[in-house]
Amino acid sequence: MAGKQPTNTTPPGVAPWNDPFIRGIVFQVVVFGAVVAIGWWLVANTLENMARQNIASGFGFWSQESGFDIGDTLIDYSPADTYGMAIWVGILNTLRVALIGIVLSTVLGTLIGIGRLSTNWLLAKICGWYVEIVRNVPLLLQLFIWYKLITIYSPGPREAASVGNIFISNRGLQFPVPKADPSHLWIGIAFLVGIAASFVLARWARARQAATGDQFPVGLGSLGLIFGLPLLVFAGSGFPLVWDVPVMKGFNFAGGVVLLPEFFALLLGLTVYTASFIAEIVRAGILAVSRGQSEAAAALGLRPGTAMRLVILPQALRVIIPPMTSQYLNITKNSSLAIAIGYPDIVAILNTTINQTGQAIEGVALIMLCYLTVSLSISLFMNWYNKRIALVER
Amino acid sequence: MLRRTIIAAAAATVTAFVAGQAMAGAKLDAIKARGEILCGVSTGLAGFSIADSQGKWTGIDVDVCKATAAALFGDASKVKFVPLSAQQRFTALQSGEVDVLSRNTTWTQQRDTALGLNFTGVTYYDGQGFMVAKKAGVKSAKELGGATVCVQPGTTTELNLADWSRANKVDIKPVVIEKLEEIEQAFFSGRCDAYTTDASGLAATRASKAPKPDDYVLLPEIISKEPLGPAVSHGDDQWADLIRWTFNALVEAEEYGITAAKVDEMKKSDNPGIKRLLGVTPGLGKNLGVSEEWAANAIKAVGNYGEMYERNVGKGSPLKLDRGLNALWTNGGIMYAPPVR
Repeated sequence: MAGKQPTNTTPPGVAPWNDPFIRGIVFQVVVFGAVVAIGWWLVANTLENMARQNIASGFGFWSQESGFDIGDTLIDYSPADTYGMAIWVGILNTLRVALIGIVLSTVLGTLIGIGRLSTNWLLAKICGWYVEIVRNVPLLLQLFIWYKLITIYSPGPREAASVGNIFISNRGLQFPVPKADPSHLWIGIAFLVGIAASFVLARWARARQAATGDQFPVGLGSLGLIFGLPLLVFAGSGFPLVWDVPVMKGFNFAGGVVLLPEFFALLLGLTVYTASFIAEIVRAGILAVSRGQSEAAAALGLRPGTAMRLVILPQALRVIIPPMTSQYLNITKNSSLAIAIGYPDIVAILNTTINQTGQAIEGVALIMLCYLTVSLSISLFMNWYNKRIALVER
Repeated sequence: MLRRTIIAAAAATVTAFVAGQAMAGAKLDAIKARGEILCGVSTGLAGFSIADSQGKWTGIDVDVCKATAAALFGDASKVKFVPLSAQQRFTALQSGEVDVLSRNTTWTQQRDTALGLNFTGVTYYDGQGFMVAKKAGVKSAKELGGATVCVQPGTTTELNLADWSRANKVDIKPVVIEKLEEIEQAFFSGRCDAYTTDASGLAATRASKAPKPDDYVLLPEIISKEPLGPAVSHGDDQWADLIRWTFNALVEAEEYGITAAKVDEMKKSDNPGIKRLLGVTPGLGKNLGVSEEWAANAIKAVGNYGEMYERNVGKGSPLKLDRGLNALWTNGGIMYAPPVR
C-alpha cells in the first residue's frame, strides 16, 4: 500500500511541513521520543522514591542465605542455601508441573475430543458434558475443590490406604523407587542410545520402502530398541535392584518417593481443565478434514487405520497445532495459581523472596523473565513443529 | 485539535511530576488534607484486626489506628481499613497505598532498614508457638521430627521455623499457603501435624476457627521474639511521631489509671503529668502538630492500653490471653512507654 505512493511524487514547491513524508518522520520521532521520555520518567521516579525511602535495590540477594524451607523440591535444598538456589527449585517445580500437565492434558484431551465424535451416543454425550462443565468453571475454583477433596477425604498417614507398598494419605502418594546404583547411569545412556537408534531405523526403513516397496515394522523395532537396550544393560550388570520402600515412622512416611497433595491437586486441576479445551481443538481439527479425503483414501485401497495415519491426521494436525500451542502456553502460565494451594512454584518462591528481601521490582522482573523464557521456548518448538507439518505449497 | 491534545498531555505530565515531588513532603499534611487515615490491617485475625458481619473492624491493631485518628481528627471513625495479606503488606506501605501498617507485623532489623520501614514501637510482645491436635499426643515441639507443619509465607514465622528446625535438628516439612483461611483449613483438615504462628494468633485461630477448640493444644515452646507494632515508610517522620506518641499516651494513661470513662474527670487532677497528657497544660499537642486534646481524644476512643488489651485479647474476649509480657513494667511485664512530656 505504501509502495503505491512513492515519496518522490511530492510536487515541487510544497512546504516541508505539508510534505507527508517529512510529516511522517516527524510524528514517528515525536511518538518515539514521548515513549522513551515516559519510560525514563517512570524508572527515574521509581529509583528516586526507592532512594528516598532507603529501600535496597539490585540482585545482591541472589547469593544471600534464604533462611526459609521449601516443602517440595526436585534438587537438594535447605534453608542454608541461597535465594538463587531457592529460585531454581521454584523454576524446576513450575517446569515439572507444566510439562507433565502438557503431556497428560494432551492425552486426555485427545481421547475426549475423539470420544465426542464417537457414534456411541452415551460416550459422545458424556464427553460433551465434560467439556461444557469443566471449561466453564474457573480454574482457581477447580484447584480449591481438588485440594480440599484430597486433604479432607483422604485418610491420615497412620490410616493410609495402601496397595502393596504404595500408600495414599493426606500426606500424598508414597511409592517405592529403586535405590540409586552406578549401573543406572548406563541404563539411562542405553535408553538415549535406543532413541537415537530408532530415528536411524526409521530413516533406513523409509529409504528402503522408497527403493523396494517393502515395509518394515518401524514401531515395533523402535520399541525394542528403546526398551530392549536398557533391559540388556540391566540384565548384563546382574539385575542390581533394591527397592527404597516407604515406611511409616513417627509422623510421616520415610523412604520412597512422595507426590505431595499440593502437586497432585495442581496437576489434576491443570490437566482436567486444559483437556476440555484441547478436546475441542482436536474435534475441530478432525472435522476440518473433509469427508472426501477419507473416501478418496478408501478408494485407493488404504485401510481405515492407515488412512487415519497417512491422510486424515496430517491434515487435521495443521488445524490442531496452532491453537494447541496457546493451550500449552496457558498451562504453563496457569501453573502460577499454585500459590493458592501451597505448591512451591516459581511465583510462590519469588513472592516469599520479595517479602523477605523487600525487593519487589527485581522479584517481579525475575518472574516475568522466567515465564517469558519458558513460553517463548514452547512457542519456538511448536512453531518449528507447525512448519514441519505445514502444507508444502508447490 | 491535535495541538490541544499535546498541550493537555504535556500539562498532565507536568502535573504528575509535581505531584510526585510533593509526595516527598510531609505525609501528615497529606493525611490531614484527605481527612482520613488509610490503615493496613490483616485479612482477619481475631483480637488484632477482624471485621464482623457488619464490616466493623475490631482488635488491638485496629484500635491503634482508631486512637491515631482520634488524636489527629478528634474522631476515631476517620479511618479506612485496608485488609492486606502477609505478602502484600510491605509493598502496599512502600507504594503509599496505606499510610500505616498496623497488621501484627514483627519488628526486625531487615524490615526496619532494607525494606524502607520505620516501626513506631511495640504494641504487643508476642512469640512463636506451635498448635497440634490433642490426639497426636505430642507434649513438646522437640517431638515434631518428621512432622508436616503449616506456615504462612513471607513471615518471620516461616524463617523462625526453618532456623529452629536447623538449630534443634528437628526435621520438619513445611506446607506454605498464603491465605490465612486456607492455611487454617489445611491444618484443621489434617493436612499438617502442626500449625505455627505467633502464640496470640494460635489462640485466636483456636478460639474462632477450630471445629472444637478443646481438641487442639498449644505446645509449651515459644521459639522466637515477636515484637508486633505499627510501621510507616522511611521519610514520614512527623507521621511516625504521631502514631508513636499516641500509643505511648495510651500506655501512660494506664500507668496514671486514666480510663476512657474517666478522662474528663481526670482533667481536674492536680498531677502535673496527667495535666500535660490530657492537654490541660498545653504544649504536647503543638509538638505533634495536632490539637491539645489529642491524648484525651485517643483515650476516650479506645481506652487506655489495659482496657484495649482486655477488650480485644484478654478477659473480655474469646481469646482469654494473660497480660504476660504485655503487663505494665510496674506489674512485672515489659510494656514501658517513654515519658510523654
